[in-house]
Amino acid sequence: MGFEIILVYVLMILSSIACVVYGIINWNKGADVVTEEDKHWVEEEKKIEQEFE
Amino acid sequence: MITMIIVTIAYLLILGFLGWIGYKQTKTAADYLVAGRNTHPYIMAMSYGATFISTSAIIGFGGAAGIFGLGLLWLTFLNIFVGIFIAFIFLGKRTRSMGHHLDAHTFPELLGKRYQSKFIQIFSGSIILTMVLYASVVLIGAARYLQETFQIGFDISLFIFALIIIIYVIAGGMKGVMYTDAFQGTIMFIGMLLLLFLTFSKVGGVKEGHEKLAELNEKAYAEAVVAFKDAYNASGAAVLLDDAKALELVPYFGKVLYQTKDKSDEDKKAISGKIFQDAETATGIKLGEYFGPAVKLMGEQYKKNLGNLAALSKFKDSGHQGWTKMPKGGSPFWWLLVSTIIMGVGIGVLAQPQLSVRFMTVKSKRELNRAVLIGGIFILVMTGVAFIVGALSNVYFYDVNPNTKGMISIIAAKGNGDLIIPTFLTSALPSWFNYIFMLTLLSAAMSTLSSQFHAMGTALSRDIFETLGFVKEVGGKKSIVITKVGIAVMLLITVIIGYFLPEGYIAAGTALFFGLCAATFLPAYVGGLYWKRATRTGAIASIITGFAVSLFWLLLVHVFTISKWGGKSIFGKSVWSMVDPLLVALPISAVVYIVVSLFSKPLDKQHVDGCVKS
Repeated sequence: MGFEIILVYVLMILSSIACVVYGIINWNKGADVVTEEDKHWVEEEKKIEQEFE
Repeated sequence: MITMIIVTIAYLLILGFLGWIGYKQTKTAADYLVAGRNTHPYIMAMSYGATFISTSAIIGFGGAAGIFGLGLLWLTFLNIFVGIFIAFIFLGKRTRSMGHHLDAHTFPELLGKRYQSKFIQIFSGSIILTMVLYASVVLIGAARYLQETFQIGFDISLFIFALIIIIYVIAGGMKGVMYTDAFQGTIMFIGMLLLLFLTFSKVGGVKEGHEKLAELNEKAYAEAVVAFKDAYNASGAAVLLDDAKALELVPYFGKVLYQTKDKSDEDKKAISGKIFQDAETATGIKLGEYFGPAVKLMGEQYKKNLGNLAALSKFKDSGHQGWTKMPKGGSPFWWLLVSTIIMGVGIGVLAQPQLSVRFMTVKSKRELNRAVLIGGIFILVMTGVAFIVGALSNVYFYDVNPNTKGMISIIAAKGNGDLIIPTFLTSALPSWFNYIFMLTLLSAAMSTLSSQFHAMGTALSRDIFETLGFVKEVGGKKSIVITKVGIAVMLLITVIIGYFLPEGYIAAGTALFFGLCAATFLPAYVGGLYWKRATRTGAIASIITGFAVSLFWLLLVHVFTISKWGGKSIFGKSVWSMVDPLLVALPISAVVYIVVSLFSKPLDKQHVDGCVKS
């Protein structure tokens, strides 16, 4: 087995673990309040979605 | 076949039902947001993952792993690290807040409003229409599976699958109801996990499978050399070959085999004559007249070895060093694997319009944080499994399956890399699994295709027609008609392209589109999120340069693309002809973006401050 292949097995598993750890640590962080800007954006988005019904 | 049809219809009905529930309760991403509720992170991640991972990743790139080997796993690493970790954390959050601030709903609109340029929006929207190439390889991926499973013609399977997609689109499948996306993502996840388990059980386990794969290259080559020696010596040659001489001559023999494939008789004679001459000069053996009978004899008695020898010789000459090693640095295989497949898709994912818009539909950064967790695992399983299975299929075909014993994957798949995974699935795995996998592929194709046609549809209506003033308002009657007709036309073009694309083109076609998007949009997109000094002129110059250089490189320089159509690179056989367009166009596009921005008039400070918020 080539070194690069062993290395990539390790890296892809480590990067997945990093995603999991990041997700756990930040699970409750970053909750934003829905603003008027957001609400306006949603109304417009719904109009666009009508084209795909 | 009847069971398969019933299972497929049942699946489509479930999708329809979920879509109907979603429609009744209006639970699209936007509805969640306006209701002030969080989309469940599982649903967010599955929906992104199902859009990201298509039949192209499973069939096309899985097949590429059957040729290049486990080196494809570098793409899995980039998909997780760049496509999930960096994309969600560093681009996702800012894309969401900038999109809402600017009231942007499409990727071109985001760029256009950020740089206050209608040109950018229209030009970017037009480029997005080239997504038909990517859509067609996704379509081919599913069609190849149908072709192999039902043993029907490719044209028929392409037609059947196109029909399913048309029904799905007409039934409102593009509305992006998150339940259906999450359902499809779940099926894909389960299907791929089962595939991994069943594959390892077929090749003798994790350790044994890898060990056999590591030995296979030399083993298959050595067996082919022995077969060549036997055939040559039995063909009436004046000087018989011993093992050492056979080993010395085999590379020439292999070269004759693969270089004369599909050539006219006249060309065959000229090419082989030259190779024989080289072989005679190098070895001192007068052999020209015996090669022909040896080939004939191998064709009759050692057919499998003949195929392997042709393929392995081509692989070897291209830098292949086995399925558990990377290709030789700087070789054609290395450039194709590293610069086109790994970098093209691994980096290209950052500027995929249909993926970037997903970031705007989340309610808060918290959802993105949570989705990183699930997305990291999902992508690991989806792409990791496809690539590991693709590489290990060589062990299965060569050692396990009695019908293909002695054949490496590409030979078992009749020379078409796109058929490696479908051939493996239909011959190696139980029929019950094929039902599940059929649904896995349907899910992968439908979720990606629907997002692609959604992106192309909105590019037409909102970015091109509305911006040009042909349509007063998106969502209005005229706009709806234009979108529907536009999508129908693009569906047709997608099917036509799919019909005419060369064999074994799924992975390359995907990589080229991803690369084109990255070179064109990435500097302006990332700079738009982070760099306040970026200007409209800089962005326009970067987008045009990235697109033009990519196109130039693709059509005139990149030998792997041009040779598919019988053309020649203007750089001949120099190393530049093997370099992927992305590696040239992206740096140029980035430099142009920075330099032109620094020397042009900055945008209004208040506007920029509103856009670039941490």
